[in-house]
Amino acid sequence: MKKALISALAAGLFAVPALADTVRMGTEAAYPPYNFVNDNGDVDGFDIDVGNLLCSLADLDCTWVKNDWDSIIPNLVAGNYDTIMAGMSITAERDEIIDFSEGYLPPDPSLYAALEGTDAGVLTSGVVAAQTNTIQAGYVAESGATLVEFATPDETISAVINGEADAVLADGAYIQEQIEATGGQLVSMDSVMIGGGLGIGVRESDTELKAKLNAALAQIKKDGRLNDLIIKWFDDESKAIY
Amino acid sequence: MSCGQTLIDYGLRSFGIGERLLPKTDITFCEQFVLIGSGMLWNIYFAVCALALGFIFATVLALGKASSHPWAQKSAGGFIFFFRGTPLFIQFFFAYELFVQLPRNGFEFAFLGTDITVETRWLTKAWAGALVVLWLNTSAYTAQIFYGALRAVPAGDIEAAKAYGMTGAQRFRRIIWPNMLRLSWASYTNEAIFLFHATTLVFFSAFPAWRQQGDALYYASYFAEQTFNPFIPYPIVAFWFVLGTLVIIGLFGLVNARLNRHLPSAPKIRYRPRLIR
Amino acid sequence: MRGFLFCMFESCADPSSLTGLAWFACYLTNGKHLLFYQSFGTVLGLLALAAPLALLFGFAGALAKRSQIPGLRQIGQVYVAMVRGIPDVVFFLFVPLLIDQGIEVVRHYSLCESTGPIYQGNDFVVCDAAKMPLSSAEPWVHSLYGFALALAAYAIVFGAFAANTLDGALSAVPTAQLETARAYGMNARQSFVRIQLPQMWIYALPGLANLWQILIKATPLLFLLGIEDIVYWARELGGTKGSRFAYPHPDWRIYYFAALLVFYMIMTWGSEKVFNRLQVRMSVGQATLSGKGAAL
Repeated sequence: MKKALISALAAGLFAVPALADTVRMGTEAAYPPYNFVNDNGDVDGFDIDVGNLLCSLADLDCTWVKNDWDSIIPNLVAGNYDTIMAGMSITAERDEIIDFSEGYLPPDPSLYAALEGTDAGVLTSGVVAAQTNTIQAGYVAESGATLVEFATPDETISAVINGEADAVLADGAYIQEQIEATGGQLVSMDSVMIGGGLGIGVRESDTELKAKLNAALAQIKKDGRLNDLIIKWFDDESKAIY
Repeated sequence: MSCGQTLIDYGLRSFGIGERLLPKTDITFCEQFVLIGSGMLWNIYFAVCALALGFIFATVLALGKASSHPWAQKSAGGFIFFFRGTPLFIQFFFAYELFVQLPRNGFEFAFLGTDITVETRWLTKAWAGALVVLWLNTSAYTAQIFYGALRAVPAGDIEAAKAYGMTGAQRFRRIIWPNMLRLSWASYTNEAIFLFHATTLVFFSAFPAWRQQGDALYYASYFAEQTFNPFIPYPIVAFWFVLGTLVIIGLFGLVNARLNRHLPSAPKIRYRPRLIR
Repeated sequence: MRGFLFCMFESCADPSSLTGLAWFACYLTNGKHLLFYQSFGTVLGLLALAAPLALLFGFAGALAKRSQIPGLRQIGQVYVAMVRGIPDVVFFLFVPLLIDQGIEVVRHYSLCESTGPIYQGNDFVVCDAAKMPLSSAEPWVHSLYGFALALAAYAIVFGAFAANTLDGALSAVPTAQLETARAYGMNARQSFVRIQLPQMWIYALPGLANLWQILIKATPLLFLLGIEDIVYWARELGGTKGSRFAYPHPDWRIYYFAALLVFYMIMTWGSEKVFNRLQVRMSVGQATLSGKGAAL
């Protein structure tokens, strides 16, 4: 094993650079339908499909890396992987730290969900759960409701089901999937428009990769393949605007 | 912003007093130092409460395990085995999942003709739920220490007490209990230190931080993520904990001196390792 | 293994048609669960490697602490005291980062042709050749590297504790035995290697046994290091699964965590049994109470 490691490292060190560049793609793998681990234990979802398509067009050799949402930007910046495709909305705040490609999904309205029969007043005065460091968490913090943050999206849903929080705010597609998964315990409430659509996060210093991804993105927007993927995963014509 | 102002704004932030929003841009060393120190209040709260409650429960458990009653022996032994045999980290996860299953509106039952409602909802919050786990955990470890000390109480002391005509309760209060404490104090000091250190796991397991009110490590990891530089916040946590550990050693040393004041020179406490459980 | 299981449960092809036991049999053998079972191997592997490594660090620490050389002695003392005063979680979060960035900085200055600044704004940028492991390396190399970093953190933390135990055990060897060695004409080195070292183990055993139990109970902290260990998979598998998944189910995390508790109870219980037997065997012929037979 150790020998294998050393020889693998040596081979990597001294080999002539391969034709296709290797790109490591960071994702959270816990936010269906954007990204999740499927029954076989592989990463799957809209982000993964789009990413793989872009890689094949840009002639990049891509591997997926799972990383907690909490540290997904720090680990990009530290160089543990080269892109983030994790249902991440483009925001001015994030854009100060990292760079984004062109958008690959138009802004998805965020949805509140709560137990059936919940009074709509809780959305502004109750306890609302959101995932840490998301645009939704920022929105709730300023909405007057009490924000309770969780590290994973899963936990935000559980918090509402078990009554710890009155409502949850997350991306519409995720909320709808969870409403279905929890068998009607939850109902959707108001929707709010926040964020600027999804983009691929790259390091600011990585202008070359960003250009490659943007070129490939323009191509799949033009030939309709991105729209096909949007319809495949979100089943919503209104989002297939490219 | 001056450092004094920062102290006013964030000194008690971990308990929700002061500035509502955490610093986001242009984070200064002072802000990191103050906010992480503010988080230490939670570590102190958990450690002090769990130790105080655990001390009492551990005495009961140790007596149960040392008793000749088979039922008491089995249940105390089983409790100690469970909490000492599994990692605290997973106990937190499990307990949280257990607490959220409790009915949301609490248990209602009739007792002596009056309806009583037992609220259970607060157990999902860290201040109560995590405290319960830490309390039970330290009780098990402390009970094992006390149990060992109970068996080491000199038989001659007890015989002498009997000869003086002391009742069972008197013997326990005047002879057995002080002896047990004296013999176990060094190990108990270690337990206190490691419980103090274990409080850092609370917000790293399942318990959520309400309104971003967390412990020292919670804020340290917040800063590490915000500033992309772990080399400042983590050493600050380390500094606070070394300080806290020294305080524990000092306070427990005073008690040790008092427990052994009848001896010509108090045995020195040796600190032995026992970290995450 | 997987092929075999698929043969066994051929009917798993269409999970939605299954009920009861058959559903569970298929559910518990899907690809995701196999990864969960593999992660138990990760934990056992960590234990198997961290224990000897920590012992090695412990030896170095104990020897440093007992050294006559002034500087070395202080280093040993600070190392042991530092780990005792600071929660281990802090080390686990900090040490792997420190080592990882340290290695990359060194490689950056030794391997890169043009050495631009490493810190560019927020970015930590080293040239491609300095990446550790290289971006082009296989995913398993990356996981192995992450595992090695975690292992280093465990070795450092547990090494400090082992250093303390070994230091105590070395001091506990009866001086009469060492004096006898001298009387036989052994020099300091010989008496250390031939007498003190072999005789130390019986005094170190209870402390090391305790340390092993603590190490077992510290393994779930792998999760904090971003390694896909049993805690990661328990959380992932237990979460609510909707109809997108072949095996939809409500929130089952409590059952998965209960299974982990059972696993750890078996581990600690079994270790205790083994150490008790070892203690009895090693005590034979020793100048201790248990070594002389029950001559109380």
